[in-house]
Amino acid sequence: MEWYALLIQQVINGLALGSVYSLIALGYTMVYGIIKLINFAHGEIYMLGAYFGFYAITVWKLHLAPALIISMALASLLGIVLERIAYKPLRNAPRIAALITAIGASLFLQSAAQFTFGANFKPFPQVIPFKRIALGPAYITNRQLIMFGVALILMVVLHIIVQYTRVGRAMRAVSLDKEAAMLMGINVDRIISFTFALGSSLAAAGGILVGMYYNRIDPYMGMMPGLKGFTAAVLGGIGVIPGAVIGGLIMGTAENLVVAFGSSTFRDAVAFAILILVLLLKPGGLLGKSENEKV
Amino acid sequence: MLNLKGPQGRWNFFMIAGILGLYGLIQLLAAAKILLSYHLQILSLACINIILVVSLNLIMGFTGQFSLGHAGFLAIGAYLSASLTVFYQLPFWLALIASGLAAAFVGVLIGLPALRLRGDYLAIATLGFGEIIRVIILNISAVGGPRGFTGIPRHTTFGLTYFLMIAAVVIIKNFIYSAHGRACISIREDETAAGSLGINTTYYKVVAFAIGAMFAGVAGALFSHYMQFISPTTGQIGFMRSVDILIMLVLGGLGNLTGSVVVAVFLTFLPEFLRGFAEYRMLIYPVLLLLMMLFRPEGLMGKTELSYSYLENIFSKFKRKGLRPDGTN
Repeated sequence: MEWYALLIQQVINGLALGSVYSLIALGYTMVYGIIKLINFAHGEIYMLGAYFGFYAITVWKLHLAPALIISMALASLLGIVLERIAYKPLRNAPRIAALITAIGASLFLQSAAQFTFGANFKPFPQVIPFKRIALGPAYITNRQLIMFGVALILMVVLHIIVQYTRVGRAMRAVSLDKEAAMLMGINVDRIISFTFALGSSLAAAGGILVGMYYNRIDPYMGMMPGLKGFTAAVLGGIGVIPGAVIGGLIMGTAENLVVAFGSSTFRDAVAFAILILVLLLKPGGLLGKSENEKV
Repeated sequence: MLNLKGPQGRWNFFMIAGILGLYGLIQLLAAAKILLSYHLQILSLACINIILVVSLNLIMGFTGQFSLGHAGFLAIGAYLSASLTVFYQLPFWLALIASGLAAAFVGVLIGLPALRLRGDYLAIATLGFGEIIRVIILNISAVGGPRGFTGIPRHTTFGLTYFLMIAAVVIIKNFIYSAHGRACISIREDETAAGSLGINTTYYKVVAFAIGAMFAGVAGALFSHYMQFISPTTGQIGFMRSVDILIMLVLGGLGNLTGSVVVAVFLTFLPEFLRGFAEYRMLIYPVLLLLMMLFRPEGLMGKTELSYSYLENIFSKFKRKGLRPDGTN
């Protein structure tokens, strides 16, 4: 393959993977925007979403779309339960305590999944026959198109919910000023639960899409994409919804280009290098605004 | 100088006698074949874990800087010392010092930019640095790459580990009780206020970070020369190892040195004595972590250090109890 064909191919692959990172990043960014907590367990919800989808397809013999919806519903329930049990009692505790709890929740879900589903990977069922479509000198697979399509639809739905519904307006109000929102009669607890539900369902969708893309799922699959999704959220500006989308796409592309033109063993280091550079050079992210410290 | 007069002096004397006595007892039991090399290995690993937890305590518990990359410094110490003894046949003590210094140097290098960040951002950035160190090691084929570094000579003995552990605890304790340590604690309590009182917060944060990193590097050197094999897995030198250290630290209490020591020993022994426990370890620890944060965020022992004044308090309560026949104080 010519180098430019390789470049185009890797950009296509990167954008496909990046759209999943975007889905994960949206959950991080929304939760952080509202309760200022890095939900470490988000990557595990993504992993569990993939497993829910796996069982919906293999046990209940469902097709991809209904499996996706069921898995998203289960994951949002899980997100609500997680928030109620682990995070709500610590809402006024020091941030360090909440962060340790989040790490604990993440480890717990990971090892619980390992006990329930087994530590080995499972082949994800092939519901969609593999097809390749020529696109200039490069190719795009129908799975990549599905990834783009599903991610795009979900992002549009999210945008409509956040911008044009009552609950979306309440979400924005809570993230701006929790106390003021409370005074205006918004049930903050319910809005936080709703935010967790939304974010978790997006992560679950991402999990299924990646399971389908790589044909395999395992209990540890959530860790790296979770961290990369977080990086994407920071890159775009944490708390900013369009930023998460852009950050995810950049992350996916950068990662694939490094793998293609550099070394595949540095694949995971890219994410961290980007993260550290962003934090050091522009902590507010691409679309975020940096806040001044207050006493 | 060491104070050996008065009640505190008596306590110091008993401490030193206790430390040497414990060492003598263990060596005696080992010589009598009651403690086998398997037991000595667990004891050595416990000492290494104490060094790791206490050094992380300096960074997180006393200076309040959340680090999730502590295993990265361990990795530097482990691999650098192993390379020095294997490839350059350097004596172990030199490799030990070099790995401590190298880890401290990297600590300063990482700390200077990263410690500008606060709270959760710092946690993620240190996690990132730790994983980058691991990925770099993974890509150096001279040290085995993903297969791991084999054939490291066994230079670490229980005695060396034991006394280096004591040294680490004493140095960090003395650091905390010094003016430097007080400055670090003030940063933990309120960084902005500490800065406005004229404390150079960046300087003290980097110093604490470097000292913590140095001891982690030493622990790494001890570790690789005890196990004679080290592999770049996340459980051994990566994120999961950092989390392991973090769990011990949190259970012992952030900012509680004796708590760190007690819990590090306890959690090193526990999986060995309860075989079934090892399997469920990663299911039980996170729940413990959650419960701790919910019900006892200050750690199992809270702010109580097992120190002279604490024991004296208990003792005097006993004595007072004895004076009143009706049982009240």
